[in-house]
Amino acid sequence: MKQAVSALATAGSIAFLASAASAATLDDVRAKGFVQCGINTGLAGFAFTDDAGEWDGFDVAFCRAVASAIFGDATAVKFTPLTGKTRFEALKSGEVDVLSRNTTWTLSRDADLGLTFVGVNYYDGQGFIGRKALGVGSATELDGASVCIQTGTTTELNLADFFRANDMSYEPVPIETNEEARTSYIAERCDVYTTDASGLAASRSTFENPDDHMVYPEIISKEPLGPLVRQGDDEWADLIRWTLNVMINAEEYGVNSGNVEDLAGGTDNPEINRMLGSEGNMHEMLGVDQTWAVSIIKNVGNYGEVFDRYLGPDTPIALQRGLNALWTDGGILYAPPIR
Amino acid sequence: MANTSYEVGKHPDLPPPVATVGVVGWVRTNLFSSWINALLTVGAIALIVYVTTGIYGWAYLRADFAGESRFDCTSGGACWALIGARFSQFIYGFYPVELRWRVNLAFVLLFVALWPLLFTNAPFRRYTLWFSAAYPIIAYILIMGRFGLEPVETAKFGGMMLTMIIGVTGIAASLPLGILLALGRRSDMLLIRILSVGFIEFIRGVPLITLLFVASTLLNFFLPPGTFFDLLLRVLIMVTLFSAAYLAEVIRGGLQAIPRGQEEAASALGLSYWKSMYLIILPQALKISIPGIVNSFIALFKDTTLVSIIGLLDPIGIGRAALADSKWQGLGPEVYVFVAILFWICTFAMSRYSIYLERKLETGHAS
Repeated sequence: MKQAVSALATAGSIAFLASAASAATLDDVRAKGFVQCGINTGLAGFAFTDDAGEWDGFDVAFCRAVASAIFGDATAVKFTPLTGKTRFEALKSGEVDVLSRNTTWTLSRDADLGLTFVGVNYYDGQGFIGRKALGVGSATELDGASVCIQTGTTTELNLADFFRANDMSYEPVPIETNEEARTSYIAERCDVYTTDASGLAASRSTFENPDDHMVYPEIISKEPLGPLVRQGDDEWADLIRWTLNVMINAEEYGVNSGNVEDLAGGTDNPEINRMLGSEGNMHEMLGVDQTWAVSIIKNVGNYGEVFDRYLGPDTPIALQRGLNALWTDGGILYAPPIR
Repeated sequence: MANTSYEVGKHPDLPPPVATVGVVGWVRTNLFSSWINALLTVGAIALIVYVTTGIYGWAYLRADFAGESRFDCTSGGACWALIGARFSQFIYGFYPVELRWRVNLAFVLLFVALWPLLFTNAPFRRYTLWFSAAYPIIAYILIMGRFGLEPVETAKFGGMMLTMIIGVTGIAASLPLGILLALGRRSDMLLIRILSVGFIEFIRGVPLITLLFVASTLLNFFLPPGTFFDLLLRVLIMVTLFSAAYLAEVIRGGLQAIPRGQEEAASALGLSYWKSMYLIILPQALKISIPGIVNSFIALFKDTTLVSIIGLLDPIGIGRAALADSKWQGLGPEVYVFVAILFWICTFAMSRYSIYLERKLETGHAS
């Protein structure tokens, strides 16, 4: 018994040490020389490997932006591919410094799991895709349909809520992975297939005749996806948050990877000057170099550039900006001012 | 013909009726002996033809073998261009290209090290066995990069190479551990027996995936901060423990098949416990256990794909990351067929070796 108690005490003190050590993540990262970034093991447009074996994608680009902000070098980052089941523990135990893995910001994750969401970099929502031959124009007409659904996800709960709220019945076809759901849907094992709208668009682009299928206009859930960090290190959270805000503000002010070096010398716009460091001392407050924002935009690009590169209309995924357009363009993307 | 007469008993042997010998006879007796059989035969042949032509058409006739992305695959069949573009990733993961010779060398040396272990008639066996004993260290130095070789972090490991590392390490480390556990479970010493039984029952009572989750998520909370304990190493330890528990039971089955008299005779000769085990009991027990042991090894080798669930990039994980590239999206069947072939080659080789070993050790009294 005594041994058990002392073992518990040891474990407790170790846990305490662990939380104390994580208090200065930025210093630890500087000492290591790279950012350890948790990403998806594979999600079209967001995280994938290219033919040369390098990680790339919308979420991966954010990791590179963080590395640029700290080191001025987009390659000072190492990636840890994480599954939906291991992502939070990897972040909490300190295995990764930041998690950029299309994670939905919810109250329980933010408050209960000991995580801090720093913002939203993609507003997603759950939708449906179905064959046009079905003769249905809206998800509210899907009474009695069979639905392919990934088990154990929030999408499963959202689906049940949606059908109950609209007083409809459905026949679930449980599926394990997105790839399996796609194949099942093509093999007509289900009438419609539901997952996040970005995933539907990505899947639709791989169909033989994408025009035979339609994504219904209803979005039945809010899925704000964003990067997150461990709770308890506000300085680190601030840096990640403002890395994201710089990317969004840069698009708003028309700063992009092509013109950022010219604008860094000073402009007539004090907002741009403060952001790029020719006026004020914003970088000191965050504890990074004066050129931090310039590095982010030069190495990775502003939000719009990154979106267009991995998800936009010119990519096979061909997503519209929609909600993710700037507030000035009819979307809801709105970053606080750099002041 | 008809009027030729023979003395009684002098009629020469006639050949059997044409319909009962040769190909025709075999077909008639085995495939068309009754109308049900005939129906089944025709149905089965139709099914086989349908399936094989379907597969042949998809995998070869209408397949594309070259291209830069899935948009170059226009023939409607399989798109093997993905495998071509990512082949080295499926084999080496993200191991730096200019250092891959080290992996290749380690792979070749593996067979050099296995030669004297697997084939007892190998030349110079007495000396090459020393090499086999040193092989784990050599492989570690080569693959990880020590003593002047450029270090490579384990996060870069992936593909078939990762499967081989986990499989071979698990197999090599779990066999001695499994033997010790099996002996411990039959030991007369209470403490050792309890510990062995407890360990085996605990590990066998828990699915491998649970142990892998413990390795990937839970262990970090117990370790002092700042200690970097490699994920791959954690996985290797868990896989080894898991496999050792199963092997212990397989080997215990072999031990129990050895008559008590063998052990008593060894004691009567004055052999110590370890000597009687090493010289008398284990050689017989392990021989009986070979099919079970190889079975466990093959199962372990295939279980390594579970590591993709905790984010290690074995061939399945590599395939998943490749499928997320919008250039290659939607080519799931190609990836999974290819991975299946990779695994089949490895496991088939293992099972052939097991058959060879059983034949060689056949001494008559086993059935």
